[in-house]
Amino acid sequence: MTWMDKPAVHHPALPRNALGLTRRDYEGEISTLCAGCGHDSISAALIQACFDLELPPHRIAKLSGIGCSAKTPTYFLGAAHGFNGVHGRMPSLATGAALANRDLVYVGISGDGDTASIGLGQFIHAIRRGVNLLYMVENNGTYGLTKGQFSATADVGSKSKGGEANPYAPIDLVRLAIDLGAGFVARGFSGDKEQLVPLLRAALTYPGFAYIDCLSPCVTFNNHEGSTKSYPYIREHEVGIADLVEPRAEITVSYAPGERREVQVHDGSRLALRKLAEDYDPGDRAAALDLLERHRKRGEIVTGLLYRDADGADLHRIMNTTETPLNALDFADLCPGAKALDKINARLR
Amino acid sequence: MRNTDIAKPDYFHKVVDCQWACPTHTNVPEYIRMIAAGRYTDAFMLNWYSNVFPGILGRTCDRPCEPACRRMRVEGEPVAICRLKRVAADLKDDIHQFIPEVPKKKNGKRIALIGAGPASLTVARDLLPLGYETVLFDQDAQGGGMMRTQIPAFRLPVGVLDEEVNLVLDMGVECRFGERIDSLKDLLADGFDAVFIGTGAPRGRDLDIPGRAEADANIHIGVDWLASIAFGHTTSVGKHVVVVGGGNTAMDCCRSALRLGGKEVYVTVRSGFEEMKAHPWEKEEALAEDLPILNWHNPHSFVTKNGRLTGMRFDKVRAEYTDGRRKLIPTGEQVELPCDDALLAIGQDAVFPWIEPELGIEIADNGLPVLDPVTFESTRPGVFFGGDAALGPDNIVSAAAHGHAAAISIDLYCRGKDLHGERLPPGLNLVSQKMGIHEWGYGNDYDEAKRVRVPHAKKSDALANIKVEVELGYDVERAIEESARCLNCDIQTVFTPKLCIECDACVDICPMDCINFTANGEEEELRARLRVPAADKAQDVYVDGPLPTGRIMAKDENLCLHCGLCAERCPTGAWDMQKSTIHLPQAGGVCWE
Repeated sequence: MTWMDKPAVHHPALPRNALGLTRRDYEGEISTLCAGCGHDSISAALIQACFDLELPPHRIAKLSGIGCSAKTPTYFLGAAHGFNGVHGRMPSLATGAALANRDLVYVGISGDGDTASIGLGQFIHAIRRGVNLLYMVENNGTYGLTKGQFSATADVGSKSKGGEANPYAPIDLVRLAIDLGAGFVARGFSGDKEQLVPLLRAALTYPGFAYIDCLSPCVTFNNHEGSTKSYPYIREHEVGIADLVEPRAEITVSYAPGERREVQVHDGSRLALRKLAEDYDPGDRAAALDLLERHRKRGEIVTGLLYRDADGADLHRIMNTTETPLNALDFADLCPGAKALDKINARLR
Repeated sequence: MRNTDIAKPDYFHKVVDCQWACPTHTNVPEYIRMIAAGRYTDAFMLNWYSNVFPGILGRTCDRPCEPACRRMRVEGEPVAICRLKRVAADLKDDIHQFIPEVPKKKNGKRIALIGAGPASLTVARDLLPLGYETVLFDQDAQGGGMMRTQIPAFRLPVGVLDEEVNLVLDMGVECRFGERIDSLKDLLADGFDAVFIGTGAPRGRDLDIPGRAEADANIHIGVDWLASIAFGHTTSVGKHVVVVGGGNTAMDCCRSALRLGGKEVYVTVRSGFEEMKAHPWEKEEALAEDLPILNWHNPHSFVTKNGRLTGMRFDKVRAEYTDGRRKLIPTGEQVELPCDDALLAIGQDAVFPWIEPELGIEIADNGLPVLDPVTFESTRPGVFFGGDAALGPDNIVSAAAHGHAAAISIDLYCRGKDLHGERLPPGLNLVSQKMGIHEWGYGNDYDEAKRVRVPHAKKSDALANIKVEVELGYDVERAIEESARCLNCDIQTVFTPKLCIECDACVDICPMDCINFTANGEEEELRARLRVPAADKAQDVYVDGPLPTGRIMAKDENLCLHCGLCAERCPTGAWDMQKSTIHLPQAGGVCWE
């Protein structure tokens, strides 16, 4: 970790968004994670995405459980709301918060331990309910905070730092999320912000449950030879399927030339996609699952926007909740009294 | 872009903007760290080896380092480099033990130095330790040249001047003061092995307008008038004084006049305030003493009554620009200012009536000698020039730089070597500053402090006596506060591509968005698409690669704070903070420090 503060001074030519803020205004405390941790890159990508979307920081709520990943909300959006809860229980916090105040943007940060082990039941029910949040798993396949045991997303045969091979098959959270009906599912890589930032922007503006599984190498315990979640391994085996195109990046040459395809989404806006490996339709759930299986067999890691349901589940719609955040309702509406309760009870008799 | 060759000393030298901008390339960050550590003597010596006159320059330098200071680009105000130099001089201990030893046995070569200003003194300083005999001629009774005659005592106390001039003279210079050279031919006949001419630009320009002849008794050439104050010949001035000119000499004239009894002192300048040649800080000092600066005043005539100067008339003008060239257009309005003494400070020139044409020393149409820009040798082998005599009026630190270059040439010349081919190139040392985990061998915390003001003497005291120094200099506390503002630009960010795993940690942590990992491209195109476009072409982009993904690392050096956070957050040590020390050879190949 670094003891020195990041100086507040910034480049005088740093762009400002419509709110008059620079990207630096979206930062948090300096990270205490290991130098080179993928999680820090994801935090930086989130900062960029929130800046790009011109989100007022105080209209964002950050939620997390336990683990290296769960620490990261301290390191971005210092001016946002935050709740660091119990291990694996981030989805419960998010569900409650989203129900109480639908006007905030919810960012849930979790890890492979927090989600695929202790919090797996929470994860699947949040998907099932269609809680409107960005659910980010910073997936490094290892328990970094307890010094490098395999997590439930570690690939079978992947080697620990000590050379031990993992005997168990992994839980693929992406497949699980698509299978359970998550409206927005993508996989990113902390080492590729050109892909990750547009994914985050799309996820943050998706009206429903948006899941991003972000491969994030643990530089201390899982970045060695034999690991399948190291920087070099991911770079060698990554196959970008459907990357969202950065509007800004189109005018630069940093992108290899590729075919551009636009997809209409239900709110009328359009998503621009860059086709890389094959012609792919992210609106087709069966095709998505098929694609994942084909590439898994080849030992490849598929990244990009894998699935986007134009009409995904949304908890508020399902429950027919009020449009107004609960803190803005007056007392009479919030607590309509015994007569109203009697009416409801009568309906259930 | 091609990979940056960081082994070339100039690359990292350029990153140390202050050192690069300094004519003598003084290692500024190093001496500022020494001051912060209380090592005033070391800081003084580091300066002395490089610029020879730390105490004098710490008060009077043109400070080209300060506009170049990175801090200026970061937050608008440069580190007070010049005033910190003065701290080193003010607070040092006895330094005599550190002065290079001069051999008793001489090498048999005698060098004539004409003019005892900073250029000649530097040549003497560099050549004496090598065994040369130096003979220093000056028409004045004391050494120092323009440092003594042109800079008023309220800016440069005589004690400070004497101390630093004597440091050189006491190394064994044979002084022939009060001896004016009227013929170079005669001097050459004395059999000197080489001659160095550092006679400055002593002739002030005159103003030929109506009334000039009648009012002659009360019209003074600024540089001569200042000299006559310095030597105690002039001790008073009339009640109404008009200074003509907008340069530093004009500022010294008006402030001197105020101290010698001037009650109404006006500075009149043809141009606007911004275009004036005086340094901003010199103008500030004049304004702080309530001296009115009248801009857009073009001299029209001297007004006399009974053969005595009583006033000066001016045409008021305005500027018109065609194709960037300024033309002054009279507005038709005239102004008359009461004037008992007029001081002309409208420029000065080098003059060489004492150099006979048949000697083969070519003087160009602009009145300056034709010189080799590297060796400072004239068209006559063995005759060298430096300081204002070489390139026209400039400043002390440039004169010292010329002196160093000429001393190298003189040494090579006397040893029969090629003046170009045998010059040593600069050298570079890079030493890692990593002391342990999160420990660096320098203070890397960015300090947000604003520039610390230098305290001044009480105005009434300062104006009462021309010998009272106006600026008091920093005390220890202020010096430490100001030194913390230095960004340590010599602690370089050194990148080792083969160690990089492209984790982006450095990109994310860099407070100034300097670092990029991107596809390579032509420089202009690459500069335009960095995280923050690298618009300042004077600042290099450090490129290295390719990396495993085929991208390159591109770092815009422009606004790097040298905070070391990139190295701090790098998991593999691909970034390291390394101190660059530039070694600039002096005569005899000596590299001091």
